[in-house]
Amino acid sequence: MKRLFAYPYILWMGIFIVVPLLLVVYYSVTATGPDGNTIFTFDHFRRFFAPITPGMDQPLRERIFVSVALRSIRLALQSTGICLLLGYPVAYIMTRKEYSEKSVLLFMLLVPMWMNFLLRTYAWLTILERNGLVNQLLSRMGLPMIDILYTDAAVLLGMVYNFLPFMILPIYTSLKKMDPRLIEAAQDLGAGGVSVFARVVFPLSLPGVISGITMVFMPGAATFIISNLLGGQQYFLLGNLVEMQFLNVGDWHFGSAIAVIMMLLMVASMVILSLFDKGENQGRSTII
Amino acid sequence: MNRIIDLVDVSMTYGKQTVLNHVDLYINQNEFLTLLGPSGCGKTTTLRIIGGFEQPTTGDVLFNGTSILHTPPHKRPLNTIFQRYALFPHLDVAGNVAFGLKIKKKPREVINKKIADMLRLVNLEGYESRSTLSLSGGQQQRVAIARALANEPQVLLLDEPLGALDLQLRKEMQVELKNMQRELGITFVFVTHDQEEALTMSDTIAVMNEGRILQIGKPEDIYNEPKNAFVARFIGESNILEGIMREDFRVSFANAEFACIDKGFAQNEAVDIVVRPEDVRICAQNEGRVKGRVTQVIFKGVHYEMHVEAQGFLWKIHSTVQAPAGEEVGLDIAPDLIHVMKKENGKRNTESGIKGAEGSAS
Amino acid sequence: MSLHKAVKKLYLGLILFFLYAPILVLMVFSFNASRSRANWEGFTLDWYRVLFNDPQIALALRNTLLIGVFSTVIATAIGTLAAVGIDKMKRRPKAVVMGISRIPVMMPDIVTGLSLMVLYLFVIRTLGIGRMGFTTLLLSHVMFNVPYVILSVIPKLRQIDANLYEAALDLGATPLRAFVQVILPEIWPGVVTGAMLAFTLSIDDFMVSFFTTGAGVQNLSILIFSMARRGVQPQINALSTLMFLVILAMLFLIHKRDQRQARKAKLHG
Repeated sequence: MKRLFAYPYILWMGIFIVVPLLLVVYYSVTATGPDGNTIFTFDHFRRFFAPITPGMDQPLRERIFVSVALRSIRLALQSTGICLLLGYPVAYIMTRKEYSEKSVLLFMLLVPMWMNFLLRTYAWLTILERNGLVNQLLSRMGLPMIDILYTDAAVLLGMVYNFLPFMILPIYTSLKKMDPRLIEAAQDLGAGGVSVFARVVFPLSLPGVISGITMVFMPGAATFIISNLLGGQQYFLLGNLVEMQFLNVGDWHFGSAIAVIMMLLMVASMVILSLFDKGENQGRSTII
Repeated sequence: MNRIIDLVDVSMTYGKQTVLNHVDLYINQNEFLTLLGPSGCGKTTTLRIIGGFEQPTTGDVLFNGTSILHTPPHKRPLNTIFQRYALFPHLDVAGNVAFGLKIKKKPREVINKKIADMLRLVNLEGYESRSTLSLSGGQQQRVAIARALANEPQVLLLDEPLGALDLQLRKEMQVELKNMQRELGITFVFVTHDQEEALTMSDTIAVMNEGRILQIGKPEDIYNEPKNAFVARFIGESNILEGIMREDFRVSFANAEFACIDKGFAQNEAVDIVVRPEDVRICAQNEGRVKGRVTQVIFKGVHYEMHVEAQGFLWKIHSTVQAPAGEEVGLDIAPDLIHVMKKENGKRNTESGIKGAEGSAS
Repeated sequence: MSLHKAVKKLYLGLILFFLYAPILVLMVFSFNASRSRANWEGFTLDWYRVLFNDPQIALALRNTLLIGVFSTVIATAIGTLAAVGIDKMKRRPKAVVMGISRIPVMMPDIVTGLSLMVLYLFVIRTLGIGRMGFTTLLLSHVMFNVPYVILSVIPKLRQIDANLYEAALDLGATPLRAFVQVILPEIWPGVVTGAMLAFTLSIDDFMVSFFTTGAGVQNLSILIFSMARRGVQPQINALSTLMFLVILAMLFLIHKRDQRQARKAKLHG
């Protein structure tokens, strides 16, 4: 009987989740033919992967679509790697703290995340600008100024900054669940500090690491704001490409094709990661 | 006696799985009836059908002679003690006990008096405002009983209510529940897989297996006269052997012929023989019908348990007199202590089990 | 050992500094007398005055809060009922519904946003009625909020002893009453968590709003984005400082509440 309660939602879900995605897929494989008919075509995907489209005079030269995709993936991977290196020790140190200290630290990690995403990212402009705080500090110390705003480095920094908590929290959760007696047991069996970590702690925290990687890589590969604010108007990642196709160029078909490629990229990364993840996926529930 | 509940040819299937297979069962007023069987035998489903939480696929459920098949659970004049009690965690003890009364919109004074009465009945005076989460298992159990009885049900359904308690507490609650049932004069339908619990508490036991009632009757009858090998094996300990019915009153098993009190089998029909361990008499080797050797002796407090190997069959024997391990002994069994049963396989046996149920209860 | 500890402390300190630095910068510069983002030229509250007299910001704040409250209420209602229904579904259909519900959670916001925009424009063009604006914005926020409510309520439903609902029926409660008096109190913490999550996500959202709003309807995120493009005015610093303090206060209260509950649970456990 109570099952009936789900039916309005199932209808809602169909309209607002399934239909929009199907529409995007539909637009990605259709085009308006010369006589105004809708025709089925893979041209948009071909265009994405084509090395050069001659004679185009657009703000973005189209032969770089693939390189934009590769750059997105590269930056997402780099930010994931840096987040893992920076975040794992934080999670590990946190688990070893007393209960009250733990909850304060957890609270302090969460607080910045509730600050408006745009504002936080925007604040880095102030810090990284040519006359920004970092350079003021450097010049006062007599050091050469750095000029990283509107480069890959700034975008990477923005990603690490925004997504670091998403790496720390799932790792922290899986480390916290670990029975401390396991470490003692390993020590009892003769394992030293390094091998306790390599053979016991890390393998057991792997589910957390996997969900951390998912939660940093996916939004990183799809980001629009970070690249737009810290990379500048002429800086393109997949997210910016999609936004431009839909809101500036108005080419829904090509935009949809890029969106479909993004979705496939996400699905592929999830599949690859799930191969490593034997345990339950605990990522999102940590944040929730 | 008045029948209060009648299950008429009740069957229940989930997809391809048959949970109850043509169950007929009546429950008398003021009776303590126990549904006994291994897990998955359909006993809890039977209880849930009576409670109204499951609809049988076919068949009817009568309450005082009228069908309650289409009466939703909240309108049935019976209450349930659930497995793990299902106390409302957001309400205190008094809130739990008062739940049903508040729904019936009883006046405040009546409810308060009832809470006090019920908590006195279950020995939990002064616990009114305690959180149910702070109570021990036994106390939670008592609150669940008080909550159900506060509604003055005509029938109380109990679904393995003692399963979560430790042994000592379980024994105490068995006695308390039995006393409560006698004092209040209401019908209890009790579900358990513990044969000892069933024997201790019940007026009537219905032994179930694979969705059927195999035997129903007084505890003594079920113990002394099991209808088939399953019942014998499930209730108490037994030696179960293959036998051949030579003719009326004469059966052979364990390479020997015995006099018995059973008749009505075909000549040389293969049968199951059940002998309780305490019914086997150990005697000198030349006096016994069966000869064997004691392999093990275990002291059990009241009696010794001896294992006697005789022609490849290992007898289990209870006796207050011990025969030392290694000794050659003879075994003998009195005619009325030999239980001859139709073979378990085939439907005829179980059907006769249900039909014969009323007879054996009388 | 103590060196070890000091290194750990230093490391945690650096990471926290990294996370808080931009926020501190924004807060400090909201009191800067100069328009400059880089030079400190004395203390002022001018930007707060400007902020409160800025009709554009006031309108955007109003939209943000309205959308936040409405989408939270609607999404919580839909999500809670849906969770109860889904929990009772058979295994296969349940897996399908849960799988689809997770799509908006897993998919990048930009894909959610553009796919909804495509849906709205498709319907508007096909039917020739309506236009993008407050309604589409609200629908979109409900859309991405519902799954979070479901995902926070479902675990609570799973924790409930299946017999509780039946016990209420057994004691004479109608199904509706049993739901309101027994199930709802049990899942309430999940409902509240889901609602708070929904509200925060709605307030914080930029990407989906950006794609699904219409001309003239701005929430704070969209306003900030458009300002950031044009060159940011210092009153945004003031705004972000205020928002941060409000959120900090809210979080602090929630944190206290959680601690109290945890203590209470420990007392009873």
